[in-house]
Amino acid sequence: MLPFLIRRLSGAVVIMFLIGAFTFFLFYSIPQDFAELACGKNCSPQNIAVIRENLGLDQPIAAQFRDFMMGIVAGRDFPQGHCPAPCLGVSFASGDMVWDSIIDRFPLTLSLTLGGLVVFLVVGLGAGLIAAWKRGTAVDKALSGASIVLSSFQIYLLGPIVLGLLVYSTGLMENPKYVSPFDSPGGWFLGMLIPWVVMATIFTAQYTRMSRSTMIEQLQEEHVRTARAKGMSRGYVFFRYAWRGSLIPIVTIIGIDLSSLLSGAVVTEFTFDLAGLGRLAVESSVNKDIPLTMGVMMFGAFFILMLNIIVDLAYAFIDPRVRLS
Amino acid sequence: MTSPTQAAGTSTDAAMVPESLTEAAREDTSQEGLSPGRLMWLRFRRDRVGVISACAVFAYFAVAALAPVISWLYGKDPYTLYAQDPNYPGLLNDFAMPAAPFGGVSADFWFGVEPNVGRDVFTMLIYGMRTSLFMALAVTLTTVLTGVVIGMVGGYFGGRVDYWLGRVTDFFLSFPNQLFFIAFMPVVTALFVSPKDETPAYLRAVVIILVLWFLGWMAMARLVRSSVLGLREREFVEAAKVSGASPWRIVRKEILPNIVTPILVQSTYMLPSNILTIAFLSFVGVGFVEPTPDWGRMFATAADIYEQDPAFMFFPGVALFVFVLAFNLLGDSVRDAFDPKTGR
Repeated sequence: MLPFLIRRLSGAVVIMFLIGAFTFFLFYSIPQDFAELACGKNCSPQNIAVIRENLGLDQPIAAQFRDFMMGIVAGRDFPQGHCPAPCLGVSFASGDMVWDSIIDRFPLTLSLTLGGLVVFLVVGLGAGLIAAWKRGTAVDKALSGASIVLSSFQIYLLGPIVLGLLVYSTGLMENPKYVSPFDSPGGWFLGMLIPWVVMATIFTAQYTRMSRSTMIEQLQEEHVRTARAKGMSRGYVFFRYAWRGSLIPIVTIIGIDLSSLLSGAVVTEFTFDLAGLGRLAVESSVNKDIPLTMGVMMFGAFFILMLNIIVDLAYAFIDPRVRLS
Repeated sequence: MTSPTQAAGTSTDAAMVPESLTEAAREDTSQEGLSPGRLMWLRFRRDRVGVISACAVFAYFAVAALAPVISWLYGKDPYTLYAQDPNYPGLLNDFAMPAAPFGGVSADFWFGVEPNVGRDVFTMLIYGMRTSLFMALAVTLTTVLTGVVIGMVGGYFGGRVDYWLGRVTDFFLSFPNQLFFIAFMPVVTALFVSPKDETPAYLRAVVIILVLWFLGWMAMARLVRSSVLGLREREFVEAAKVSGASPWRIVRKEILPNIVTPILVQSTYMLPSNILTIAFLSFVGVGFVEPTPDWGRMFATAADIYEQDPAFMFFPGVALFVFVLAFNLLGDSVRDAFDPKTGR
């Protein structure tokens, strides 16, 4: 397990470095005076020169890149103050530390992503299991049909409809908002419930279909048939033998879907007017606030890489063959 | 060329390969002269859901292509603010909301009018679909071509070339792509036009295509590479090699006809997903902006004003829902028709 972790983590470091280098050189090669942008309107040339020097923009691009990378590892000093170790620089537009802005917004996006993941895994896999259990019956047809219909919805289409039904016209629930789960677990749950369900809907359908088809495949495997033949109950074989095998391809797909999960969170933030990482990305990108944009992207890439490693670790728990190799 | 692969797809160039003529003739008698492509077509035609979906998708493309003609017949355009037009008095009420019921639906404005500005929703929608569909076609075409070329080169030549192409593919796959679309859009735009100037709509279109193309070809490249890898060792490729065919000829006449099916199936999944990605960009505000009519931008407006005027969401929403549904069903039917073994 440990060698695997070390190998994966060092691979992640290399990828993060490459992504950083690629985006840095692309972003800093755009023909725009960043100091002018950071200074705002009605800025005197002297001020621009001071800012340029403070931000290190007067140096060659390779040196700037070195400073940026060193900042992430060791921290940097800016006129605004010291920027501790994972330093992603200072926002041109606001002058805040990029890391602080990201950490401020991240809990919301994390809640959305993980909450949505839990909802669609529980509902999607559950529905798939039921459909496979009741294969060929009306239940199966209804679930499969519903999954195709629901997967054709979009978050920005379903979101307002749900809001209209539950919030605007009936007042059954409040407008979605984010409260820290540490302050009020109940408020956090109720505030995020609509976004979770809406976001999960479009993923649920896909997982229902997949869970159903892999279950049906597994039920035709020889070891499953043998277990049934020697007299084990249908339910025991279904869950202990077939379900476990059916999880392996599903975990693979989860790994592939992680980045669309993050983008799903971005759309959900916009649909429900929540201020998370996605909104920060769009705001910074439209303002051409390059350090903030780079910071959000690198953070997003890091987040996805870490989730991927966790998903790979999950293989070892599901599939004993992986543990041996 | 009748190949022994199960993935045998269309009958492209079938009779043009001399060495397989005799084999094709033998196959003809046993299969009553049906080429794999013909068989696929027969299977597809029996699938009623598939045929209906195909008609629906075709209708969307027809409407998109004919948008200027339709709006000319209809007599309106997606840019004019009809609320200021003296010919249509009382279009919006005192709150700048459509006066007529259901979002301002009337004989003049079939799908209603946009709140606040009073533009015609019907023409906005058909022009918006035109933008989305044409953009998505361009993106799909460029990504498929790039993916096929890169996958083909890697799979056919193997060795060091394959290794490095594989690493580059992996690298771009590790980008959380939608986040990067958001970040790249303004930056790439700034490469072409000074940020102080207004960005013209055609340039936005070019940048969207560029960004989506840049981070969109990897899945196709992987698919093509793995298919080519399997085919490279087959006897008919070896035979062509021994008889002195050039790599270009082998790729074109022996390998390509055999991987047309997976490429086509993958493309039918890519097209709707590209439409949704373009809509996503416009929805969050980095894609198309006012006044370019665009599907995604309509949803951004609709979500903003949903509490006051839910009807504005209705027509674009239903249109998108039906389109995605039809495309999903069509994709499944095409896959089933090509490969009848995947029972659902």
